[in-house]
Amino acid sequence: MDFLADLFKLLVFPGFLFVVNFGLFLEWVDRKIYARMQHRVGPPWYQPWLDTIKLFTKEDVIPEKANPFMFTFLPVLDLAAAVTAFLYLPFGGFSSVNPFPGDLVVVVFFLTLSTLLLFLIGWYSGSPFGRVGSLRAVTQFLAYEVPLVLSLLTPALLAGSWSISTIKIVMAQNLSRFLPVTLLALAVSLLSLQGKLLRVPFDAPEAETEIVAGPLTEYTGRRLAFIRLAERAELVVGAGLISNLFLPFDKVLGMLGFFVSCVVVVFGLSVLRASFARLRIEDTTLISWKYLIPFSALGMALAIMVRG
Amino acid sequence: MPEIEIPVGPQHPALKEPESFRFEVDGEIVKSVDIRLGYVHRGIEKACQDRTWVQAVYLIERICGICSHSHTTCFCQAVEEIAGIEVPRRARFIRSLFGEMERIHSHLLWLGLAGHEVGFDSLFMYAWHDREIILDALESISGNRVNYGMNTIGGVRRDVTEKDVDELGRALDLLEERVKYYTDVALNEATFRSRLEGVGKITREQAIDLGTVGPTARSAGVDVDLRRDDPYAAYDEIPFRVITADGGDLLAAAVVRLGEIEESLKIIRYIIENLPDGPIAVKAPRRIPAGEACSRYEAPRGEDIHYVRSGGGDKPLRVKVRAPTLANINAVAQSMRGARVADIPIIIAGIDPCFSCTDRMVRLDDVSSGRTEVLTWAQLSARCRASR
Amino acid sequence: MGLAKMLPELIQSLFHKPATIRFPAERVPAPEGLRGKPVCDFSLCIGCRACARDCPAMAIEMADVGEKLPKPVFHYDRCAFCGQCADSCPKKAITMTREYDLASFSRAGLTSRAREGSQRQEVADS
Repeated sequence: MDFLADLFKLLVFPGFLFVVNFGLFLEWVDRKIYARMQHRVGPPWYQPWLDTIKLFTKEDVIPEKANPFMFTFLPVLDLAAAVTAFLYLPFGGFSSVNPFPGDLVVVVFFLTLSTLLLFLIGWYSGSPFGRVGSLRAVTQFLAYEVPLVLSLLTPALLAGSWSISTIKIVMAQNLSRFLPVTLLALAVSLLSLQGKLLRVPFDAPEAETEIVAGPLTEYTGRRLAFIRLAERAELVVGAGLISNLFLPFDKVLGMLGFFVSCVVVVFGLSVLRASFARLRIEDTTLISWKYLIPFSALGMALAIMVRG
Repeated sequence: MPEIEIPVGPQHPALKEPESFRFEVDGEIVKSVDIRLGYVHRGIEKACQDRTWVQAVYLIERICGICSHSHTTCFCQAVEEIAGIEVPRRARFIRSLFGEMERIHSHLLWLGLAGHEVGFDSLFMYAWHDREIILDALESISGNRVNYGMNTIGGVRRDVTEKDVDELGRALDLLEERVKYYTDVALNEATFRSRLEGVGKITREQAIDLGTVGPTARSAGVDVDLRRDDPYAAYDEIPFRVITADGGDLLAAAVVRLGEIEESLKIIRYIIENLPDGPIAVKAPRRIPAGEACSRYEAPRGEDIHYVRSGGGDKPLRVKVRAPTLANINAVAQSMRGARVADIPIIIAGIDPCFSCTDRMVRLDDVSSGRTEVLTWAQLSARCRASR
Repeated sequence: MGLAKMLPELIQSLFHKPATIRFPAERVPAPEGLRGKPVCDFSLCIGCRACARDCPAMAIEMADVGEKLPKPVFHYDRCAFCGQCADSCPKKAITMTREYDLASFSRAGLTSRAREGSQRQEVADS
């Protein structure tokens, strides 16, 4: 029975099915807010599901120049990495599948893994757009990873622990005192998450008008669906991580609190997406090293000072 | 990293029309570009020879969906010159009025597309949303949003009523405010500005040597504008300013285009306040006397040239169109050298290209034998029939 | 220079109605002078062929209806809605209506002709 219960955890809740569906829901929230900010109506709530179903039923194409094994294997691995990352997040009153001191590092590691997988996806797809996109993805990785980790470590420093659930408890207990201190880190982590998820203004690796879809250019059908689901899952993990570390509303409101704080994070990401033009990859790197990293360091310094 | 070839087109998200650019890139830097025109050739010039003068006007109108009024005015002026027709003063004012309304919607379209090319979709949606104001005004006066059908040989087909003038005045007030806002956003939003500044730069000398026209030339400091230099329609009676900038980059192009929208708003106000009375058209003969004429027109994208020859019949003997994009495409090739891959789409979009206006011939390159073949109209239609 | 210059308007539009008009459910009033479907009052027609001769899209053919003179047949699937037929008609028998939703799944219903033997009837065979 333990085996069945574990399988349920992996595949249904809080595993694959929950992450994917919540990811598609957050995609709808993002698209709807983005559309409404641009005078548009936006998609109906079920649109992300329809898109996914459509992709799964589409013709299956492997380009001649692509490596057939990698072309199939990498999207699956990408989705697996993103979903696994979520298993280590506590949310809405549930503890994570396998809580241990230091799970924050594991979640960040899985997020990093999926970026590296994206690089490989583009590199093995045999398209010049894929190659340019892959190189940009890795360059961008060097830009956002440092500020992202530094800003995520700020609450960890305040709590004096690397365990997400401990950080969460400490943050929830001292929310009024700690939230103002972590605001700077929250802002930096939102911006870096935007870079992590390859969204405007940091979408140079996937820049539609320049390199079509970057690493994903050659993908279609089921394999594209897997990559897209992995991206949605990354959105869930990113939003969930920030919600756990900075906005632990679910300590008070339960599951609803988790949803609310995730939607708040996605709203922030949508506003960022709507307000800027795409940055060139070298400008992204420059902005990261000139502003994001110093500010995240400053955020950490603040945390250390408050904690004393 | 080895040099790789990046194909942009014939199908690519950055291009709204099929055209092929092949870039040799080294990392993020463009080494060379090969531009191949001819994917959307439609044979309009030849088709004009099979149509009467009246019918040809409507075909000419469909050369370009954006500058439809520019092409018909240019064509009608050529025909009127051959036939010695004096266009009534009111008709000339209405032609200028539509020319300026068209310029506004064309430049707003460019602003939106420029935003889209650099991933600023909010600006794209907003600019196109407010472009509807001028399109609605065009529709309510002419009866259509894009192919206005206003021109005919000898004048214009529809009059502008008092009611139209009132509505247009209200639309102008709204637009003026919105255009101020877009000028502020486009020139001052740091992320957008950083994508335009110093990108696609050509010097004044290059702009002259490459024969650029319109906003592309004016943004490099070349003070040319046919409305002033070779006045047509009512421009000899209308006071206006020619907008130039010195940068030669895309920021200067944005400054010029946004400035021209403001100037066009002023011109339209002047026209509706000083619209003369009188007839709007004179009757043109069905057979145009033998002769030839070349007509020039300052389209939103630059100088448009039509050459028309008549043999005295009811159909033109030859119509030749030189659309502004053809003159500006060399500037794209020039400013691509050493540009970044990220700037490719915005540099192409920077001249506000209209490729279907530009493509005018069919040339077949047989890759296997290296043979180049130019087809005649009859050969082309024979091939089409064979493949059907 | 500034960052996120559009942000105030973006947030505002969250609280405004979208600009989109949900077309089939929500009708757009056609402007007064819209050049829509051209309609002929066949009782005024004198069969002079001016409309068919000037039509740039060759959308008008002259057909024998059992009278002395032929009458025009309008093929709306070819029509470019330029309104030249209305301009060319010496009797002002052709008018441009404001009807614009002419999309159809078949070409069959997209013609309009005078009924045989009758001068007065205008029929759209749909």
